[in-house]
Amino acid sequence: MNTDDLIRTLATGAGPVESRAVPRRYAVALALGSLGALVVVATHLGVRNDLAVLAELPMFWVRAAFAASVAATAFVALARLARPGVPLGRASFAMVAPMVAMWALAAVVLVLAEPMMRAMLVLGSTWKTCPLNITLVSIPVLVAVLWAIRGLAPTRPVMTGATAGRLAGGIGALVYTLHCPELEAPFLGVWYVIGMAIPAALGALLGPRILRW
Amino acid sequence: MGSSIEERLRGPWLAALAGDSAAYADCLRELAAMLRGYYRKRLVSLPDEVEDLVQETLIAMHNRRHTYDPGRPLTAWAHAIAKYKYVDLMRRRAVRDELHEPIDDDLEAFAASDHDAADARRDLRKLLATLPERHRRPIECVKIEGLSVAETARRTGMSESAVKVGVHRGLKALAELIRRQP
Repeated sequence: MNTDDLIRTLATGAGPVESRAVPRRYAVALALGSLGALVVVATHLGVRNDLAVLAELPMFWVRAAFAASVAATAFVALARLARPGVPLGRASFAMVAPMVAMWALAAVVLVLAEPMMRAMLVLGSTWKTCPLNITLVSIPVLVAVLWAIRGLAPTRPVMTGATAGRLAGGIGALVYTLHCPELEAPFLGVWYVIGMAIPAALGALLGPRILRW
Repeated sequence: MGSSIEERLRGPWLAALAGDSAAYADCLRELAAMLRGYYRKRLVSLPDEVEDLVQETLIAMHNRRHTYDPGRPLTAWAHAIAKYKYVDLMRRRAVRDELHEPIDDDLEAFAASDHDAADARRDLRKLLATLPERHRRPIECVKIEGLSVAETARRTGMSESAVKVGVHRGLKALAELIRRQP
């Protein structure tokens, strides 16, 4: 087919473009992904029964805000990466900010703590399971988000995959707080960060394979 | 892709996204011309690929036109897609060339030859002439003229797999002929 014929064919079949198509796709993916994450926590890990007590502690909300801000900054970056020709700009710095804030808080906590207590503040009681649990909870979100991005047009597949993973990790960690007993900043700064980095790495690996178009 | 193109295209493009198919066809024609220039500069050694890539990119733009953000420059959007499709083509070709390497290894015998390049070419023609048609034509098309397997198949009327087999067996036979030469 020559190019003029192709153009005629494309133009004839083309109707108006749905301007809400992109936001709707994200909304569906995030809703389904979060639901999947909730199901994983509820069925495999168990929701804590002392949530009402924990919710009175400020660190419970700091932890939730930490995970939520990782997810939110990743989402902003992802929305840019999924559209061709939109630079990341400050969105890439914003993604680092939640980590830096948590590490700063962790440093303060460790400096003020009794030296004997420091290892415990970092390791908590669940350091062995935390990163993999967060990864597990993130997987439904990662699948849903990658599905959403496949319908868009990412031109940087590794970066886009990694950012999708970061978003999944943030939401996964947020949902995981329904199960997790750890509230100390040093623990969160190490094990939550690792737990969110694993889905990001998975996304970076998957990106070039499944985000091609 | 300068700002004057941006000004000229922006209005029609927004009309096109709202459903005006005449404006859309105009935009696609403009984009096709831009793409042709863009790819011609980058595919100097692969002129046959230019129009294919222009069409592939137009289809991609068509299928992904909902990813254009009306608040941003159309040329930035189009340029990013053009570049993505170019990089994708290069990656595909690199993968394909990697798969072809074992065949090229058979030609290592040439590297050991102490003829100069012109002699080697003349000898190659002579040796090629001794091969059967079904091996000679694919080698001439793929290895000497640099056509793709698909193009060769079209030109010679052979199937794609026959072309691949022809190249492979032909190069083996050639290498054998060269090895037997004094």
